[in-house]
Amino acid sequence: MTEDLADLYQELILDHSKSPRNFRAIPQCQRVAQGDNPICGDNYTVYVVLDGGVIRDMAFQGSGCAISKASASLMTEALKGKSIASAEALFGRVREMITQGHGDGSLEKLSALAGVHQFPARVKCAILPWHAAMAAMHGKEECVTTESEE
Amino acid sequence: MVENWNEIRHDFPALHQLVHGHPLVYLDNAATTQKPNIVLETLLHYYRHDNANVHRGIHELSNRATTAYEAARVRAVRFIHARESSEIIFTRGTTEGINLVAASWGMSHVKKGDEILLTEMEHHSNLVPWQLLAERTGAKLVFLPVTGGDEGLLDVDRLDSLLFRRVKLFAMVHISNSLGTVNPVSWLCERARKAGVVTLVDAAQSAGHLPLDVQQIGCDFLVFSGHKLCGPTGIGVLYGRQELLNEMPPYQGGGDMILSVDYAASRYKSAPHRFEAGTPDISGAIGLHAAFDYLDEVGRDRIWEHDQLLAACAHHGLKDKKGIRVFGPHAGRAGVVSFMVEGVHSHDVVTVADQKGVALRGGHHCTQPLFHKLGVESTARASFYFYNTEEDVDRLIEVIDEVQRFFS
Repeated sequence: MTEDLADLYQELILDHSKSPRNFRAIPQCQRVAQGDNPICGDNYTVYVVLDGGVIRDMAFQGSGCAISKASASLMTEALKGKSIASAEALFGRVREMITQGHGDGSLEKLSALAGVHQFPARVKCAILPWHAAMAAMHGKEECVTTESEE
Repeated sequence: MVENWNEIRHDFPALHQLVHGHPLVYLDNAATTQKPNIVLETLLHYYRHDNANVHRGIHELSNRATTAYEAARVRAVRFIHARESSEIIFTRGTTEGINLVAASWGMSHVKKGDEILLTEMEHHSNLVPWQLLAERTGAKLVFLPVTGGDEGLLDVDRLDSLLFRRVKLFAMVHISNSLGTVNPVSWLCERARKAGVVTLVDAAQSAGHLPLDVQQIGCDFLVFSGHKLCGPTGIGVLYGRQELLNEMPPYQGGGDMILSVDYAASRYKSAPHRFEAGTPDISGAIGLHAAFDYLDEVGRDRIWEHDQLLAACAHHGLKDKKGIRVFGPHAGRAGVVSFMVEGVHSHDVVTVADQKGVALRGGHHCTQPLFHKLGVESTARASFYFYNTEEDVDRLIEVIDEVQRFFS
């Protein structure tokens, strides 16, 4: 296995893609958004339960590649209990790590996504569930897609 | 024989490189093919020596460019056995060819309540233009079903009952880019002709892979792209039967397609120039000419045999593996093999293969409705051309082994 591949598909990524955490629907959830990558067919629904500006619960469902699924799974773990503002700040740092390659130790488990940087075609996969989560938090109903942001 | 195919690889400079430290195995030929030296040299020679605009100038270079551009049209006639050069329209590619027919022939012949017949295995480029036409005219799309489960064959028994309704046009793919199915286009066109239905054949995946004869197929329109048959990107051919082309209104307006222009109205040239507004892709057409010559020197009958051999090897190698689901016909398939690795998304398959130098395509291959029908989101696809070898198939099988081990 090449070094880059091992960086991309770290143990943690493979684990979360095979056994995603918080992989369920939240019935009657008010904050729901879809994330869609029309080019590769990745499609996720992200559910967010807010309580006074704090994320009480977060879950997702859908299908896609190992990278997008692991990213969604790690995201739900990382964002639970965070305020909207700190969730947004964290997304900013994750995005910087995925697109530019420099993460810092403070991202903990999420730093497993740093290897995506070596694979430009896969950056969208990693970021898609985060966009959907941000849209859900802000009560945007429309489907977010990887194809509108280029 | 095999020595010959290996020798042919020397004609393609892009094949000889390392990708992520491994010799490139290029198996994405259904998306686009690599270009032989002769095509590259022809493009360079044109720009270095003959570059000028066509049909406008009286000067020497313009004459040369015009002569070469029109010679490409004459060569295209021979490539698909059209009757004359007025039946060959240069387009940007298959997609533009279909859009041209939908906009020009479609808007002048299709009315509210009419039907347009397609197959369920069309590429988006032979579906969306007809959806647009249906929206604009109030016509309806009807579909010849795909049957046979993962084999993906046309349910030809249903054809007659669909044709004898209000169908005006039947547009069909010759070779499916996602399944490798080869459709019996001559037979389909014959049935359509008996029902008085106009036909369009999408030959994007077939024109560079097997001998093509539009008169034998009996279609009214046929479209293909140059870049899928060793030619440059940005050039393609629309063949139209002369009787139809001559009564069709222009597609785009502009220079080069007019006889005379007044502030209020204009008179248009006849086909093919009526449909080529503006400066065309001159170098593209000239490069395409070189590609036609090159392919016919290799021999499309031999290319077809080689395609089928490689496809059979790949199909055989993959279908016997545990955890692999292979799509497309069991026999008589084109050089396209789509498959799924159980538990692994196609993009992960493609990423791992790429790291080993094997170029595959992953996704829905622009046939989303077909994949919905098959209950599949995406597949990995290996597609072959004559410069691929049995060793390439071995590398494919090896890399799929690695994918399975890695994600197990």
